[in-house]
Amino acid sequence: MSLVETLARPRAWRLPRPDGLIQWIVPLLIILVWQAACMFGLVSARVLPAPTDVVVAGWKLLQSGDLAKNIWVSFWRASVGFAIGGAIGFAFGLANGLSSLSSKLSDTTLQMVRNVPHLALIPLVILWFGIDEQAKLFLVALGVFFPIYLNTLHGIRTVDPQLIEMGRIYGMSNLELFRRVIFPGALPSVFVGVRFALGIMWLTLIVAETIAASSGLGYMAMQAREFMLIDVVVLSILIYALLGKAADSASRLLERLTLSWHPAFQKS
Amino acid sequence: MLEALHYILADSRATEDDRVDTVSAPTAARRTGDAATRGLSLTIRGLRKSFGDNDVLRGIDLHIPAGQFVTIVGKSGCGKSTLLRLIAGLDAPTGGSIAFGEQRQQGDVRVMFQEPRLLPWARVLSNVEVGLGATRNSPDARNRADAALIEVGLDDKRSQWPAVLSGGQKQRVALARALVSQPRVLAFDEPLGALDALTRIAMQRLLEQVWTDQGFTAILVTHDVAEAVALADRVLVIEDGRISNDILVDLPRPRQRGSAQLAALEGEILRDLLKGSEGAFEL
Repeated sequence: MSLVETLARPRAWRLPRPDGLIQWIVPLLIILVWQAACMFGLVSARVLPAPTDVVVAGWKLLQSGDLAKNIWVSFWRASVGFAIGGAIGFAFGLANGLSSLSSKLSDTTLQMVRNVPHLALIPLVILWFGIDEQAKLFLVALGVFFPIYLNTLHGIRTVDPQLIEMGRIYGMSNLELFRRVIFPGALPSVFVGVRFALGIMWLTLIVAETIAASSGLGYMAMQAREFMLIDVVVLSILIYALLGKAADSASRLLERLTLSWHPAFQKS
Repeated sequence: MLEALHYILADSRATEDDRVDTVSAPTAARRTGDAATRGLSLTIRGLRKSFGDNDVLRGIDLHIPAGQFVTIVGKSGCGKSTLLRLIAGLDAPTGGSIAFGEQRQQGDVRVMFQEPRLLPWARVLSNVEVGLGATRNSPDARNRADAALIEVGLDDKRSQWPAVLSGGQKQRVALARALVSQPRVLAFDEPLGALDALTRIAMQRLLEQVWTDQGFTAILVTHDVAEAVALADRVLVIEDGRISNDILVDLPRPRQRGSAQLAALEGEILRDLLKGSEGAFEL
């Protein structure tokens, strides 16, 4: 067996698994310390329930079907709001990055709107939409819009002009220039926007659901507070953390798939 | 100044016999005006280019016969790169004209820059296919790109990302991309400027090789006089936006690097370039 073969195999197959486990060591340790603190009475169950209690509460809610329903509702709101706001932000980013007329027309307005915290619109949104789905979707879409708009715009404006000149020299049409040079060049920046937007998406949804909703994880947490079910409150918070992590992992995976050319994503 | 050398005036279309060459070299190696070439000839008249109040080119008259290897040297800011960009059609001249010997087709004139300008998100072979221009979607595009990669000796890297290549390899991919449309004029804007000394020499040999194989008209801008002399049939010196010297390099190929003849020629051109700036160099 050659040297290359003996070296290549463990690299390709064995390393990723320990790597994947390492990131879970700290969360696991926190849970263990937390459990110990509750069991030895260092923390009162009225302040913080033990992880096992949270799991039991989660199991009960799962059996009643409430948990799955609320997670699904929140997930649906998050993704639809993200899709709407992200698509509009991306479209404006493209338009303003590619056309100076479009940029002159809309950029100033968008920058003004950007400086209004979108959560400040909650009272207005409740007046407009009540506590219907539109209210939540509107807020999430608005929150997601700006990071994606700004980063798409920035990505397109910073595509290497030498590459664009090269594309023109080699006779690329505008469409081809966009598809082969401008869009791939802007993509890393677009992904930065996506990851910012995912954070804002959860934040907005939590706030909107706690203030005005009749379903969803935020609503579940508020209901539990009314009945002093602290284990359900903690459960909701933990589920938000897991969903946030899942969204981040999904965007990372997408990044790895589409940016495999990028030195930062190449296996060493 | 250059009494030891005979130089032809820019616009005079001297035939081979008119040229007296005191750098005693056989004329057999001379490709100038070679009938077998695929290159395009080029005639430039009264070419001017200004950027605002700044006159970069102040009237260039030049005839380049088909298939000639011309190098352009000059101090930085003399307008040599501007001249190349005008020839390549990247910028429009302020005045004057550039005419090619025949109607130029798409892909007939190609440029290579100091930066490889490869698409980082396209693999090596796709980057070469870009060079096919409008025909890049034709069924034989892949084969032609492969052939160009073989020509520059990088066919084993065809499925690599540009990021993993060395500087010299990237520049060879850029060369393959320029060659794949089988251009008839190839313009080089300091393509070897960013490479280390050994890679430079290897690249110079490669340039000479592909030029010999494909017979295009080559126009190379460089700040390296040794490189200019080693590669060229003819060296143009540009000073203050005008051609100040036009020197025929009539030495057999392949040329011996460091030979006395090349060194003498290089010394003459360097002296010519440095005249007027002695003060600056004495500091």
